[in-house]
Amino acid sequence: MENPKKHLLSAQIDLSKFSEANFIPATEDEKRQQDVMSESTTFFKDGMRKLFKNPLAVASLIVLACIILTIIVAPMIVPYRYEEILSVNGRRDKGAKNLAPFTYSEMEQKYIAEGGTRFPHIFGTDEQCRDYFIRVVYGTRISLSVGFFASIIVLIIGMLYGSISGYLGGRVDLIMMRIVDIIYSLPDMLIIILLKVVLDERLSFPAGSFLAKLGTSMVSLFIVFGLLYWVGMARLIRGQILSIKENEYILAARAIGASSGRIIRKHIIPNCLSVIIISTALQIPSAIFTESFLSFVGIGVKAPMPSLGSLANAAREGLQSYPYKLIFPALMICLIVLSLNLLGDGLRDAFDPKLRR
Amino acid sequence: MSEPLVEVKNLKQYFPVRSGMKTQMLKAVDDVSFTVGQGETLGLVGESGCGKTTVGRTLLRLYEPTAGEVRFDGELVTDKNIHAMRKQMQMVFQDPYSSLDPRMTVEDIIGEPLDVHHLCSGRKERREKILELMSYVGLNAEHARRYAHEFSGGQRQRIGIARALAVNPKFIVCDEPVSALDVSIQAQVINMFEELQEKLGVAYLFIAHDLLVVHHISRRIAVMYLGKIVEIADADELNEHPIHPYTESLLSAVPIPDPEITRARQRIILEGDVPSPLNMPSGCAFRTRCRYATEQCTRECPALSNRGGGHQVACWNR
Ligand SMILES: Nc1ncnc2c1ncn2[C@@H]1O[C@H](COP(=O)(O)OP(=O)(O)OP(=O)(O)O)[C@@H](O)[C@H]1O
Ligand SMILES: [Mg+2]
Repeated sequence: MENPKKHLLSAQIDLSKFSEANFIPATEDEKRQQDVMSESTTFFKDGMRKLFKNPLAVASLIVLACIILTIIVAPMIVPYRYEEILSVNGRRDKGAKNLAPFTYSEMEQKYIAEGGTRFPHIFGTDEQCRDYFIRVVYGTRISLSVGFFASIIVLIIGMLYGSISGYLGGRVDLIMMRIVDIIYSLPDMLIIILLKVVLDERLSFPAGSFLAKLGTSMVSLFIVFGLLYWVGMARLIRGQILSIKENEYILAARAIGASSGRIIRKHIIPNCLSVIIISTALQIPSAIFTESFLSFVGIGVKAPMPSLGSLANAAREGLQSYPYKLIFPALMICLIVLSLNLLGDGLRDAFDPKLRR
Repeated sequence: MSEPLVEVKNLKQYFPVRSGMKTQMLKAVDDVSFTVGQGETLGLVGESGCGKTTVGRTLLRLYEPTAGEVRFDGELVTDKNIHAMRKQMQMVFQDPYSSLDPRMTVEDIIGEPLDVHHLCSGRKERREKILELMSYVGLNAEHARRYAHEFSGGQRQRIGIARALAVNPKFIVCDEPVSALDVSIQAQVINMFEELQEKLGVAYLFIAHDLLVVHHISRRIAVMYLGKIVEIADADELNEHPIHPYTESLLSAVPIPDPEITRARQRIILEGDVPSPLNMPSGCAFRTRCRYATEQCTRECPALSNRGGGHQVACWNR
């Protein structure tokens, strides 16, 4: 066929390109490939892929992994305990007070000169002659576990309360949500401090039990978090369930004959799971923050157990002479809270269906 | 005539609606009666908001009826036997986008009724059944592991139909199954409904707001206006001899490809708006827009009366 294209810039289709000779029939295999739509991915895999594409989320994951690895491994390597007052050859080392990082006291120097080996004080020592590095490690342990367990408590209470309120709806929902509103309107710091003071006095556990080992102050911390912070979670989950309940697929499941239990398990929970995970991840740093604050004002965990907040508080006294003692725990709090927040944001971007394209 | 498969008698569905301080009753469905025979299709038409969906859902007890009864195969449907009844009566939903759970694969969506009613003994049987259902509705077996959001509207509606067919029902309520689809796909899906009826002998209550679609698929048609059925007749009879003024106006609005007929026909345009279902006119609900309205229409609401050959109309003047 004659090529009708006259000008170089003409938009007319160049028919010569479509002559028989230019076409090779598609093989069966190629035809099948056309059939297959875009690669099928599960919701979880798809979310994970997106998460790993987010540099901030990956960086915070790495930072968190390093911190967790350190707090697990460090106590096995460092030969000091967090409440141990340093001594050399069984004699108390009175000179090992407020040492700078990587320095030794006079007694230790003498001991090393005589041929002994001494593990370095990586962060120096505190005013009671205790190794500061191991105290920061333990403080991180306490702070992280407070954050983690408090979030789980908040999650459990909030999820139960929110899903009952949202699923039943009607009058039950109305009453349950007014209770939430009342708790929400209380000044939380004031209540936390009051509750904490009262609970510390009142709580007692049989010696040797798991709770006794944790210590009353830790347990009362959990109770305080559990009692106050679930309201946000309950509201969130109720809202989710209310909106999911409106979807026709819930009605469709009922038309099939599915029981309420099955509908909650198979349809409602999977559909709000991502929101639950994300908000739990964002809850951890806020719990850590509150715990640090409480310890800083002196009503957190009980001495000699360290937490990042109480370490920072203790460091205030010699702030001018030994600023590093404040810097280490403060830096740790910043790192943990920042990376958890960034990770939570990353999770939300990756899993929140409303942002999916 | 043989015993009808589904018999609906004086069905009512009132929704309590709170406006400010007081609670009003919204009469979404008010005293509706009809029957559907074995393997036949009853079309249900009416404009948006007249209560078609509510009829379908109340019939299947997705809403608790305010009054009235439904009999299936002569047996009264109650809260007690509804679970077993769901094996016989199913529903295809209006919106193919929100009626499929986005977290489930096609396989699990179609398999859910099988699981709920314990219809298969093993994984292998379940899978075989699902693949068979997928081939019924023209879905590719390779798509079984995919999620609903990966499909087009037409394909999604097919998934919904396969789900309804899974329990091998005798009766399916099709709630505007094609109105969310493109015209070209509408025809495909409607043909599929007809093929399935021939093959499986299911009866349909086919809800639509488009008379053309309903006329194509139904043997009989019921016309609804503001929660009430105003006319029921055989599809052709209704098309050729509409009696109720509302049906007349609906029919006159249907586009006909033949210009001769279109010219000869007089277009009847309804005046005024649909009254609010919360504030219904006294007597006949249609009287505010009716050409023939008289004083009697204001006082009394007409009941369906027989005009011969199964043609029932609720009107005083026609
Ligand atoms: N759960 C409900 N609560 C209160 N009112 C409702 C409820 N469901 C429906 N209605 C009302 O009942 C009336 C009929 O609604 P329905 O959904 O049955 O209409 P429809 O004929 O299916 O309309 P469409 O063609 O738009 O689907 C409407 O006025 C609607 O506002
Ligand atoms: Mg509808």
